[in-house]
Amino acid sequence: MDGGRPIRVLIAKPGLDGHDRGARVVARALRDAGMEVIYSGLRQTPERIAQAALQEDVDVVGLSSLSGAHRHLFPRVVQSLRERGMDHVLVVAGGIIPREDQAALREAGVAAVFTPGTPLGDIVAFIRENARRREGGG
Amino acid sequence: MDDVDRLRRALESWERGELDKALARAAESRAEFRTASGLPLQRLYTPLDLPGFDYLEELGFPGQFPFTRGVHPTMYRGRPWTMRQYAGFGTAEETNRRFRYLLDQGQTGLSVAFDLPTQVGYDSDHPMAEGEVGRVGVAIDCLDDMAVLFDGIPLDRVSTSMTINAPAIVLLAMYVAVAESQGVEAAGLSGTVQNDILKEYVARGTYIFPPRPSMRLVTDIFRHCSVHLPEWNTISISGYHIREAGATAVQEVAFTLANGIAYVEAAREAGLDVDVFAPRLSFFFAAHSDFFEEVAKFRAARRLWAGIMRDRFGASKPRSWMLRFHTQTSGSTLTAQQPDNNVVRVALQALAAVLGGTQSLHTNSRDEALALPSEESVRIALRTQQIIALESGVVGSADPLGGSYLVEKLTRDIVAEALAYIERIDALGGAVAAIERGYLQDEIHRSAYRAQRELEEGSRKVVGVNCYHTGEDEATAGMELLRVDPEVERRQCERLAALRRNRDAGAVARAIANLERAARDPAAGLFVPVLEAVRVRATLGEICGVLREVFGEYEASTGMRGGG
Repeated sequence: MDGGRPIRVLIAKPGLDGHDRGARVVARALRDAGMEVIYSGLRQTPERIAQAALQEDVDVVGLSSLSGAHRHLFPRVVQSLRERGMDHVLVVAGGIIPREDQAALREAGVAAVFTPGTPLGDIVAFIRENARRREGGG
Repeated sequence: MDDVDRLRRALESWERGELDKALARAAESRAEFRTASGLPLQRLYTPLDLPGFDYLEELGFPGQFPFTRGVHPTMYRGRPWTMRQYAGFGTAEETNRRFRYLLDQGQTGLSVAFDLPTQVGYDSDHPMAEGEVGRVGVAIDCLDDMAVLFDGIPLDRVSTSMTINAPAIVLLAMYVAVAESQGVEAAGLSGTVQNDILKEYVARGTYIFPPRPSMRLVTDIFRHCSVHLPEWNTISISGYHIREAGATAVQEVAFTLANGIAYVEAAREAGLDVDVFAPRLSFFFAAHSDFFEEVAKFRAARRLWAGIMRDRFGASKPRSWMLRFHTQTSGSTLTAQQPDNNVVRVALQALAAVLGGTQSLHTNSRDEALALPSEESVRIALRTQQIIALESGVVGSADPLGGSYLVEKLTRDIVAEALAYIERIDALGGAVAAIERGYLQDEIHRSAYRAQRELEEGSRKVVGVNCYHTGEDEATAGMELLRVDPEVERRQCERLAALRRNRDAGAVARAIANLERAARDPAAGLFVPVLEAVRVRATLGEICGVLREVFGEYEASTGMRGGG
């Protein structure tokens, strides 16, 4: 990715959950790390998130939910991205997500789940390491 | 030589003597100490740090202006705080069972958590509700659900707090209708609706309508309750979510009271007399971990509000000056790592709330950074309150930290800094205007980011997170987490479909048309038409739907775009 454009990230809040402290803090940390970050705001449907990802031509979608709806909503975002031919987009997630749900989310195409207490540096490093891999390192 | 001079000289001599020697032997662990919110902390406080201290003016006596020492003359000797655990998940039946369990365990009031579709005015079968039904609270679509929720619970004897904001008028109407069916008159009901829409725009996110029509709904509840539900707290002006979103203690007090000022102004503009509605305003704060700062915060909030109500709004009843509040321990301080440590955090935070004079208290459960709390975790949380009340001995005297040089100085500092914020918000045209331009939100986001950076840099310590780790795997091993059955959504949708088939469709259509007419008439009250719609089994989504058509919907700007 050296020399190319900065990594572009969409941070999105699917569903009705209104807690966006974590989403905003992560968005800011990614921006401080040199990435281009768009925050969706609250109450987005999976389809709207995928549409925004396409329009903004992002490399990464970060999903946040603290309402327990992640098992339903996160796989739909991945599905909607695939329907738009965006298989290369790295999808990561954060929030109150019990461990036993994490395997199912990974299987559904969420590359990593960051739960409370994750250092911001870990998230930045993971995204740097994994974004654009599937298109050969950008 | 007067006492102050004598003290100053003695202090200087101590500093040059014992203190310097101790510092020469061993330096302090940090060059500078601050509270969690960044207020400076000295190594020692003495009367010299409270120049011009006037006991009667700054503290007074409990139950007396400015209520720094508490709102009741006897405080917990005469009236224990209400132990009120916020609860709700799944269907009305499941939550009813949890309520009865909590009452059996000695809880003294109920607090209803509604699911997100209910909070934003969608029925369980709305496309936006998919995946969210019954998750963070109980799903309520219509009066029948509400009747099941309170089945077997005598509403004339239990007080109920409902965390409901944008559709508060609908849920309150349902509560009144359920009480009627139990033979309890509205006038005999006690409880609270949160009904604090301003903090939804700022921090919590469950808004529906734009601010101006929302303020009409808020003041409509004030008006209706002042006549028909005299024992009901018509609003719970909430700093909790503002704090949880990242605000400092000072910002929590300042922004909450600024919102309070906006509600008082709106109600007066709607023609209500301040001494009619002000006694039923209540507040809601967080209890975080910096112990003395939190105690001082509660005292400062009471002192400030008393002054605002008496001097700014000319309220004449002492009840109008009193800041009565509920407290919840801080959810954002709970850690997913080593969750049993949270029991200790909650105990300290709860103690701060009690020493700060709270009227009711929710203690969080140790597992809430992982999932909704299990029954066992909720019981430990409730027991924590009971141990404070019955074993610690702190309930014997009002405001036991009053007179502590440190706590009085922190109280003064918080009063002064919060007042400066309130003046800034006044200069922006008040809280509604300040929220519309994003001022409160930006301030909170800045504080949240600063706190996170401090955590990452290690200047802020959290045990189990950035120090004293154990292996990750033992962290949550063996803990039973609560799972909400995914079948809840399907069952709730079926119930709703049956309701739609079986009710009197004509009566529903007439009630909704009536409500629409009232909503279009700015002078009309809305509570009665909502109550009539609820009675004929109009759903929450239908009622909010027609109000959405008339009032429009709020779209937040994210304030976030662009690159490094």
